Amino acid sequence: MPRGVKGLSELVKVENLVKWFPLRRGLFSSLFRREELFVRAVDGISFNIKEGEIFGLAGESGCGKTTTARLVLRLIEPTDGKIYFKGIDILSIDKKEMRKLRKEMQIIFQDPYESLNPRMFICDIIKEPLKLQKIGNSEEERLEMVYEMLEKVGLTPPEEFLYRYPHELSGGQRQRVAIARALILRPKLVVADEPVSMLDVSIRAGILDLMLDLKEELNLSYLYITHDLATAKYVCDRLAIMYLGKIVEQGDTLKIIDEPMHPYAKALIDAIPVPNPRVKIRKIPIKGEVPTPIHIPPGCRFHPRCPYAKDICKKEEPPLVKVNKDRFVMCHLYS
Amino acid sequence: MPLLEVNSLKMYYEVKGKRWVKAVDNVSIKIDRGESLGLAGESGCGKTSLSLSIMRLLPPNGKVLSGEIKFENEDILNMGYKLFKKKIAWKKISLVPQAAMSALNPVMKVGDQIVEAIIFHEDVSKEEALERAKTLFKLVGLDPSRINDYPHEFSGGMRQRVMIAMALACNPKLVIADEPTSALDVIVQAQILSLIKDLQKNLNLSMILVTHDLSILSEICNSIAVMYAGKIVEYGPTLDVYEDPQHPYTKGLLAATPSIKGTRRRLKSIPGTPPDLLNPPPGCRFHPRCPYAKDICRKEEPPLVKVGEKRVVACHEV
Repeated sequence: MPRGVKGLSELVKVENLVKWFPLRRGLFSSLFRREELFVRAVDGISFNIKEGEIFGLAGESGCGKTTTARLVLRLIEPTDGKIYFKGIDILSIDKKEMRKLRKEMQIIFQDPYESLNPRMFICDIIKEPLKLQKIGNSEEERLEMVYEMLEKVGLTPPEEFLYRYPHELSGGQRQRVAIARALILRPKLVVADEPVSMLDVSIRAGILDLMLDLKEELNLSYLYITHDLATAKYVCDRLAIMYLGKIVEQGDTLKIIDEPMHPYAKALIDAIPVPNPRVKIRKIPIKGEVPTPIHIPPGCRFHPRCPYAKDICKKEEPPLVKVNKDRFVMCHLYS
Repeated sequence: MPLLEVNSLKMYYEVKGKRWVKAVDNVSIKIDRGESLGLAGESGCGKTSLSLSIMRLLPPNGKVLSGEIKFENEDILNMGYKLFKKKIAWKKISLVPQAAMSALNPVMKVGDQIVEAIIFHEDVSKEEALERAKTLFKLVGLDPSRINDYPHEFSGGMRQRVMIAMALACNPKLVIADEPTSALDVIVQAQILSLIKDLQKNLNLSMILVTHDLSILSEICNSIAVMYAGKIVEYGPTLDVYEDPQHPYTKGLLAATPSIKGTRRRLKSIPGTPPDLLNPPPGCRFHPRCPYAKDICRKEEPPLVKVGEKRVVACHEV
């Protein structure tokens, strides 16, 4: 199932993005302890998303992938770094301009049970962004757009869904409503934060296919956030694997999954069970669990768990180096 | 003689207005010594209700209407609850729950929690029980010096190891693991799965693994029962079921499960959603979502028929 990326121009460019959250301290520690502690959720990452591309950001819980998603939409302000959207430095513009730009960047959340207002009709939920952005001349025109959008996301016939509440729909249908709400403004970029992880397996493929089809039809680009590399393989053109706030490997999705280079990426991919009883369980060489992003290990942040750790890994942080065309790895084994 | 036998079990939940949610409807399973059975199915298919019925941990509105549950040929469904708790629970059958954090008492040292379980079931001194708890810690790959820590001092994966240690405390013959890894990250999940597999082999444990994830089942279980809407639709040796699924639902689930290995293939979802178990559809419960549904499927419920050695399928097509 090869998929070409149509446009090659850069839609999003992120440079050296950093987000540290200060740790809330009690009275005692703020009076008597000098050192201020931070959760280093995102610790200097760079990537770009091309037009028409699906860029995946994958990693385990706490690696900073969701924080990155919120930063890209400027739902939170970064500690440092630059974010460009269509060449515009979005951190330099004011609220009003940002609001205008938001029309072109939308988000789909993980939990379709929590992200829809339970007291609103489906049609009002999907219509709301139009009202906020003052699109459409009349109520009829807006309703017409909602109608068309419901058809696009496969909630047909639309009149059956317009005046229903979210609780009357199944999880898959709710996620379709969330997609309709995100796409009604005809955005350029859609951030999808674990869009199928709350859904049953039998429903997932339908939602992912819908996202792929709409991408073609409406010329979208996606930032796809997930912990599930098997679905990332299914949808993403390019992939970045994050560990403790850093991108450790980045490149073509299929190439990374077939031949991961970074020891962490390799472990992460090897750890995924395969739906085939002939494939036997593998011993994962990685010990322990992800440390807290408050006390990040010195040198390479993965070294305490890495089976290949050398002396240099304990002291120096490896740079993200280009190992071949479009493949970047942050590891001393390759630098 | 099978270790555990469940025959034609019906377990319904009573809800407002004397209505019944048919969570487990006429289900039979059988587990031999050393066998590991996977109970597969999506949310609401009755797989957890079945395991809670076996452990007699149902909420007050959950009622077993008919059927039998036998362990080593002894009726454990109708024996006195006190006797069941003393003689069967933990000693013969134990449970590893999904959410380890909510299963552990947060204000009690984990060692004391294991000791308490051992002393309740066996006539041993506190010191002996503590010694055994330390041995169990080693067995599941935890540092025995942390036996006096509290649950919150452990990470998610370590807590799940504590739960496994606890489940093994009284040398049970059967362990029921209900989604033991679904709250864990993938690397930790792999660590726990390989621990479960090693323990199962070394201690010759029998196991029921309850999960929605067909990939996990394929790695651990030698037989699999696929449940849909309170019923078993397909049951047989894992390899046979995966390589030659017979029921349209099993086929659908396998076609919808993405794999990290191999070429990128098109996934297929199953149209529609699972039915409301208050009013399940007549005939075959899967017929509204089934691409092969015929007239008979809407009217008559298909029986489980034998399609090979140790294999049964409930579908009018086969």
